[in-house]
Amino acid sequence: MSADTLEKPAEAPESPQPPKRNRPALLGRSPQDTPAGWVNYLLLSFILLVGFWPVYWAGIISTWKEDKVYVDGVPTWYPGPYFSFNWDIINGGVAPSYPSYDSVQFLRSFINSLIVVAIVVAGTLFFCSLAGFAFAKLRFKGRDALFYFVVLTLTIPAQLGIVGSYQIMESIGWINTLFAVTVPALVSAFGVFYMRQFIEDAIPDEIIESARVDGASTFRVYTSIVVPTLRPAMGVLGLIAAVGAWNEYIWALVAVGGSSWQTIGPALHNLRAGSTPKYSIILTGSFIATIPLILLLFVAGRQIVRGIMDGAVKA
Amino acid sequence: MPAKSVEAPGAEAAGTDDAVAQRRSRGPKSSIWSRFDHAVVPYVLISPFFLLFVAFGIFPIVYSALISFQSYRNEYPVGRDGTSINTFTKRWVGLENFERTLTSWDFWQALINTFGLFILSAVPQLIFALILASLLNRRLRAQSFFRVGILVPYITPIVASSIVFSTFFARDGGQANWILSLFGVESTYGTRTIEGLDWRQERWSAWLALVIMIDWKWTGYNALLYLAAMQSIPKDVYEAASLDGAGAWRQLWSITVPMIRPMVIFTVVLSTIGSLQLFAEPVQFDDNPASGLGGGNRHLWRTVAQLIWHTGWNQKNFGWAGAISWVLFVVVVLVAAMNAWLSNKIGGRK
Repeated sequence: MSADTLEKPAEAPESPQPPKRNRPALLGRSPQDTPAGWVNYLLLSFILLVGFWPVYWAGIISTWKEDKVYVDGVPTWYPGPYFSFNWDIINGGVAPSYPSYDSVQFLRSFINSLIVVAIVVAGTLFFCSLAGFAFAKLRFKGRDALFYFVVLTLTIPAQLGIVGSYQIMESIGWINTLFAVTVPALVSAFGVFYMRQFIEDAIPDEIIESARVDGASTFRVYTSIVVPTLRPAMGVLGLIAAVGAWNEYIWALVAVGGSSWQTIGPALHNLRAGSTPKYSIILTGSFIATIPLILLLFVAGRQIVRGIMDGAVKA
Repeated sequence: MPAKSVEAPGAEAAGTDDAVAQRRSRGPKSSIWSRFDHAVVPYVLISPFFLLFVAFGIFPIVYSALISFQSYRNEYPVGRDGTSINTFTKRWVGLENFERTLTSWDFWQALINTFGLFILSAVPQLIFALILASLLNRRLRAQSFFRVGILVPYITPIVASSIVFSTFFARDGGQANWILSLFGVESTYGTRTIEGLDWRQERWSAWLALVIMIDWKWTGYNALLYLAAMQSIPKDVYEAASLDGAGAWRQLWSITVPMIRPMVIFTVVLSTIGSLQLFAEPVQFDDNPASGLGGGNRHLWRTVAQLIWHTGWNQKNFGWAGAISWVLFVVVVLVAAMNAWLSNKIGGRK
């Protein structure tokens, strides 16, 4: 690296052409140092609008009745007075010409999802940081092979085992319980990978070596050195795990769908069931299911962005 | 562990870490414990991950292979009196389920849909992500606002966004048709002419709608991955290029794209894996997802994941569903191997 940069000046005189001055705004600047023009802002704002519109529109429809969902001409874009009406129906309230959504147990499903997220995040952070620490800083037989295995499993979609998972869970009586949607999600190959990369970069070997010389056990090193250093990475991984757990769909549908331990994904699915769907109600549910994640993005968006970008560069 | 109270003279000077200081005062540990600590504890630390992962990640895949060699199904999902009765039968049938999978049009159609949607969504998605990333790769005011903002589709629950989009693509009064009507698009189905499209009527328009749903969700995420790669390119490369007169467009294609090639390969792999399990969008695109048809009356957009779900949980034929998952698994492995081979080949040419 340094050798390359040293050699470059020597090559520079060979360049026969003098610098052209046709684009002064860009001259000698990398893209990230170039101030964005108004076209740039305009395009980005448009993209943001397209990204946010479905969420916004679901929010708008949650304040209207059925007649505002499908309209000729300009879509409904301003709020109305019916949110509490829709909220009542979605939670089992009765109104003429509306089917009963009592069996969906929307609020209960929402709370179930909150519980699942809490358990999954705690488990992911603990188990993945333990394993990541071992892979990053400890020497043991088979370490590289086992880590290679972890990386390999990143490319296997979990859904492939869905038939087997269901049968196993059924035989141990976990179907329609929270165990089915939490226990398998307690660990993630991505989490181990991410933690390992972070620990390897963030903690110098010397610190661990000196702690060991002083007689600290491996677990002590984990609690006193690794965990405090890991805090930012844990925030990032926790957020990504939370988003994943909240948005789980196909497995939640077969494992807890329709039961009293149903999570938010299958709850939305069941809101839509039936031959005469009421989209004002379904979209109210969709919007409410989105609110926690929008809040999360609002509060911790920068950490999520950093997590995605850091994870990417290291991969 | 017994607490140790004797303080060695040098303990306070040893550093900020109390724990380390206390340990130092204790002197060397017994060699058995130390050997245990070095030889066994690493495995203890990784064991929760591997135990859970093997039990709920690997074993189910193996177990579904066992199921796929059996006729494992409900013979009479609905009894004569209309109520569902539980009469699961289980017997070994060898390759029957695989034979049935490979000779059924349902499977091949689902595979074609899955791959068609993958290719049609991946290519524009990655191009849009590249453009979006280069828009973000500027000195921006409110930089964090834009970066966080483009993640809204990514964090939106996939069922919720798929439901919203399925109303956008409604034939009567849907927003997509409203936009098309502004451009005067009309289409004729049989004797009926409507403004816009009857999206679910033809395969190409159903696919187009699904591609828009998929790309809406993933473009921002991929753009962030590209942005991360772009920002790790040394600045002096661009500085030199612009001194030589390369404009923004030229820089994008001659510097940025070649230098983020590993990331492009990474996103291709990611979207391959994602696309092969496409489920929420096609399920919710149906007028009535609970009908069990999947992909409309003619299964025009039913994916393999939907077929597994339908075969297993609607038809209660787990043996067959297991066989379909295993065929899909083989396809995934082949595609992943092809990806690896391609990326090695492209990477090796550098």
